[in-house]
Amino acid sequence: MKKLINAADAVLAESLAGFGKAHADLVEVSQEPRYVIRRGGGRPGKVALVSGGGSGHEPMHAGFVGTGMLDAACPGEVFTSPTPDQMIVAAEAVDGGAGTLFIVKNYAGDVMNFEMAAEMLDGESATILTNDDVAVESSTHSQGRRGVAATVIVEKIVGAAAERGDDLAALKALGDRVNAASGTMGVALSSCTVPAAGRPTFDLGPDEIEMGVGIHGEPGRRRETIRPVDALVEDMFRAIQKEIAPEGEVLLLVNGMGGTPLLELYLVYEAVAKLCAKEGLTIARSLVGNYCTSLEMQGCSVTLTKLDAEMKTLWDAPVHTAALRW
Amino acid sequence: MSTETIIKAAEAARAAIVANESEIEHLDRAIGDGDHFINIRRGADTIIALAPELDGKTPSEALKAIAMKLMSTIGGASGPLISSFFLAASKTEGIDAPWTAETVARLTEDGVAAIQKRGKAGLGHKTMLDVLIPVAEALKAGAAAGEDAAALGARVVETAAAGKDSTRDLTAHYGRAAFLGERAIGTVDPGAMSSYVIIRAIVEAR
Repeated sequence: MKKLINAADAVLAESLAGFGKAHADLVEVSQEPRYVIRRGGGRPGKVALVSGGGSGHEPMHAGFVGTGMLDAACPGEVFTSPTPDQMIVAAEAVDGGAGTLFIVKNYAGDVMNFEMAAEMLDGESATILTNDDVAVESSTHSQGRRGVAATVIVEKIVGAAAERGDDLAALKALGDRVNAASGTMGVALSSCTVPAAGRPTFDLGPDEIEMGVGIHGEPGRRRETIRPVDALVEDMFRAIQKEIAPEGEVLLLVNGMGGTPLLELYLVYEAVAKLCAKEGLTIARSLVGNYCTSLEMQGCSVTLTKLDAEMKTLWDAPVHTAALRW
Repeated sequence: MSTETIIKAAEAARAAIVANESEIEHLDRAIGDGDHFINIRRGADTIIALAPELDGKTPSEALKAIAMKLMSTIGGASGPLISSFFLAASKTEGIDAPWTAETVARLTEDGVAAIQKRGKAGLGHKTMLDVLIPVAEALKAGAAAGEDAAALGARVVETAAAGKDSTRDLTAHYGRAAFLGERAIGTVDPGAMSSYVIIRAIVEAR
């Protein structure tokens, strides 16, 4: 294993400390328990948006803490859910008296830990579970689809609505709507290495890819041999199309998994754009870059979200976080 | 049998987890995401580090303190499941009276039921419950029949081994292995493996 670290068990603490110093104008970082909140904490009367999950997906979620997006994020160990005590303390630190909205990716660990936090938290709360990963065919698995890159879109749009003063029930409904309108499909060209494990999570041959990969290197639909990007993207696009049946205007997110250059991500964008044109879809909004990563994994995911007028307005609303700002 | 028993069991569990690191890791890399070994070792370390604070506490107090500490240290999917076990065990009827085989059977039954409730999984879903549910039943049956400790221990280890082996031919319904579908067949569930290893160690350390 070759990584820019001091010791495997100090990765999270040291990285968070650096994050806090780099973005001291935006956030406050607590190490015991671990959480990141907006500088200054909660705002009276505003629903507090609290997310979190295993580390290794940076900038998700701490990079999305700030005006117009999250109030707090709870990072767990690498690829391991954070714990209820973190979530409770973070939620209390940003409580504005209007309730807490948890945004949780649909993974067993995250779901159970956030569920325990919600049970123990004083005051009203609701939870949005994201499950945009179309690689998992939910009918055969009782746990359902995974929450991946569309979580960024949910956090941005719901964050903007919270900022304008929407109440807890409205925000929960909006988040569920954006999630349901979104589909994501990922592909891995290489594995990733969890610092504490010290070796790659899975093995891929030199010309092999994992189609439908999750954001922890967990497997997807099938192993196959690498093909030109247009062909790979066509498969990804069709898988999403089958699940969400997009029409009219869409938001296209081409997300890097951490180890793929922007040069290639824009090639992926071009491939999706051609398919959208062929299908009569208008890409009304777009985002390209590393937003929901899997350590140093090579690969990408494609997310399409069917947009309505309200979602577009909220997407365009100002946002000021470490990783997303306009 | 008391709080000391709990610490002794945790020490035996930790030693067994470490001794079987490569096997647990191998399974988890095959059908999980590679964090199971680290998480359960962290859990065992946490209980052992808590030992000085548990000294003099009743079993119900000790089990509750362990549950709260595990909840905040393990994380992942194991954290809520394992802490739910200890929280339920702390409330088991007669937990603060001198422990008998019935006490162990009852606390196991309550703890395993709590894991089922939290994780919403059951028998045949390729999880730790494929070991834990039959073990809880074996303990209950053996204790009710008045088996001596050696016979009961042997029955429990045998049941745990059979439960662990049964996960090899299953597809997973929960956890990351569920995403593999048919590809998970042929590999023992890492949580079932670690549960078996821990149970065997606790029985042997008795």
